[in-house]
Amino acid sequence: MADALTAAYALRLGDDALILSHRLSEWVGHGPELEEDIALANTALDLLGQARLLLACAGAREGRGRDEDALAYGRDVLDFSNLLLVEQPNGDFAQTMVRQFLFDAYAVELWPRLSASRDEALAGIAGKAAREAAYHVEQSAAWVVRMGDGTEESHARAQAGLDLLWPYAGEIFEADEVETTLAEKGIAVAPSVLREHWQARVEPVLEEAGLVPPEGTGVRKGGRQGRHSEHLGHLLAEFQFMQRAYPGAEW
Amino acid sequence: MYTQGLNQAVEDGGPEDAELLARFQAKIDREEKIEPNDWMPKAYRQTLIRQISQHAHSEIVGMLPEGNWLTRAPSLRRKAILLAKVQDEGGHGLYLYAAAETLGISRAEMVDRLLEGRARYSSIFNYPTITWADIGAVGWLVDGAAIMNQIPLCRCSYGPYARAMIRICKEESFHQRQGYEAMSRLAEGTAAQKRMAQDALDRWWWPSLMMFGPSDADSPHTGRSMRWKIKRFTNDELRQKFVDATVPQARLIGLEPPDPELRHDEESGHWRFGEIDWTEFNEVLAGNGPCNRERMAARRKAHAEGAWVREAATAHARKKRSRMAMAAAAE
Amino acid sequence: MSERGERSGNERDWPLFEVFIRARTGLHHRHCGSLHAADPEMALARARDVYTRRGEGTSIWVVPSDSIHASDPADKDMLFEPAMSKIYRHPSFYDLPDDVENM
Repeated sequence: MADALTAAYALRLGDDALILSHRLSEWVGHGPELEEDIALANTALDLLGQARLLLACAGAREGRGRDEDALAYGRDVLDFSNLLLVEQPNGDFAQTMVRQFLFDAYAVELWPRLSASRDEALAGIAGKAAREAAYHVEQSAAWVVRMGDGTEESHARAQAGLDLLWPYAGEIFEADEVETTLAEKGIAVAPSVLREHWQARVEPVLEEAGLVPPEGTGVRKGGRQGRHSEHLGHLLAEFQFMQRAYPGAEW
Repeated sequence: MYTQGLNQAVEDGGPEDAELLARFQAKIDREEKIEPNDWMPKAYRQTLIRQISQHAHSEIVGMLPEGNWLTRAPSLRRKAILLAKVQDEGGHGLYLYAAAETLGISRAEMVDRLLEGRARYSSIFNYPTITWADIGAVGWLVDGAAIMNQIPLCRCSYGPYARAMIRICKEESFHQRQGYEAMSRLAEGTAAQKRMAQDALDRWWWPSLMMFGPSDADSPHTGRSMRWKIKRFTNDELRQKFVDATVPQARLIGLEPPDPELRHDEESGHWRFGEIDWTEFNEVLAGNGPCNRERMAARRKAHAEGAWVREAATAHARKKRSRMAMAAAAE
Repeated sequence: MSERGERSGNERDWPLFEVFIRARTGLHHRHCGSLHAADPEMALARARDVYTRRGEGTSIWVVPSDSIHASDPADKDMLFEPAMSKIYRHPSFYDLPDDVENM
């Protein structure tokens, strides 16, 4: 039972990293400046590395012989458990960076805590991810400030990105049986613990950027339980096409 | 990603001081490097600006055909490899733009020339990547051809270019290997995979041979570029070297280059190959390749949509500086 | 040091920075290239992304390219020739008995 829950937990975190990495990889070759293109690819690679470790871990705990690829390419929308936030389309660079910042501010609080997990495999992955997230959040925060403070146009775009994505942030702190049970055992981090730390990271950056979170937007959630936005199906159609077209082939 | 086919020298731009020229040539003959602040003939500078910037553009445009498969790579391992590789191409473009900038041209100017169609990039990137096997073929053949060109450039007479090439060659060492590995996997796979692999070889073989540029007989500036040590081997020498290396690699994994005239010449040890269709080469060069328009449209779009981002960062940096200056003054 | 001889100061690019990397502790920072960035913080971060993708460094300096003052190659003889004649600065100048090793 504990293993099944740990598998589900690792899968949630792995799906977050996988889908966000995929979104960032859509930018590569099309970035606003060469240096930024390379930086986006770095973040995408870090997240993909995290995803591979987490999916492999989930597969091992699940014990049904599914490896990273079987999990990444063999599931449909209902079995993906990433946050709705990370599957939202790139939009413009402002939207991409706001999405990244809202996620990074969570990741940078999650990973150091999870590195103290009583599950050694998760703790090891978390230790590596913590260092990567620390860099990511610095970079995405810097861009949020640059765009919020930059020009009239960049400010408007950053604010529009925030208005669009803010409702998805609340899902980060939702917990169900998986997190709650595992947190009690010292294996997972209870998402509710992260909220105030996340706010402490997000608020000063938004203030410096001159951006204001929209009010009364509610919380868009359901990703953890497989209730996704329309975007994920399209993403998967592209991402999984080869494995679907040539089942069982080795690459 | 470099092609000698682009390596045409520019016009001389007026007479040069004979004594300076002689001293310059003597320095090159002694294998000394020319550095940015050194005296150099105008034609040397212009040839280098053209060659290095075209090389840089090729890296950047070269991100597109491979980037086309970033979101569809068939396994997470392949996705990670491809991401790292496409990112490397971006890095290489960056090193090369920087090397060209030492000659007194800005990146913005070089990018303008590319986007306005005044600068060229390697024609090979005007071919489409239709199936996953094309990613294998690009790594194996296109990077393989590129590396044949690039290794001699590590000894190019212009210091910043040579140093950029050393870094690039070091980083590119995995590019060809991963391509060949991907092809091998297909060649030993299912019938559908094997078909995909042979089809990719059929489409990329001749364009790869064309990457080395026109035959020596039709390459009028080769002599001067060799004398200046901007170029170390002729187009035909490098092309032969590539064919000699690649044919056995193809056969080893059960694939066959699409050339009925291909035969091994026991006497010389070389692989003899059929006539290259230069009409096709010239058509693609003239803008009529399968993807010329798509590639340029993608670069123009990225540049145009990035404008407000670049301006925002500049505006913020300016505001930050003036705020700091005001804070310092208030103390 | 500077490779920035004659640069057409183009306002459209972000400013150019020279990047220096210390490969490991105990070594000098060494010039390894340049890049464009809007400000020094961005230059540092992008230097990390561009020039240390394969773990090449433990420390980075970035310097605005226009802050570098370079010697003129035309002065090379004046600046560097005098040192060429001071061979007594080099250890191989001195004859030591063969029995003395490692000095």
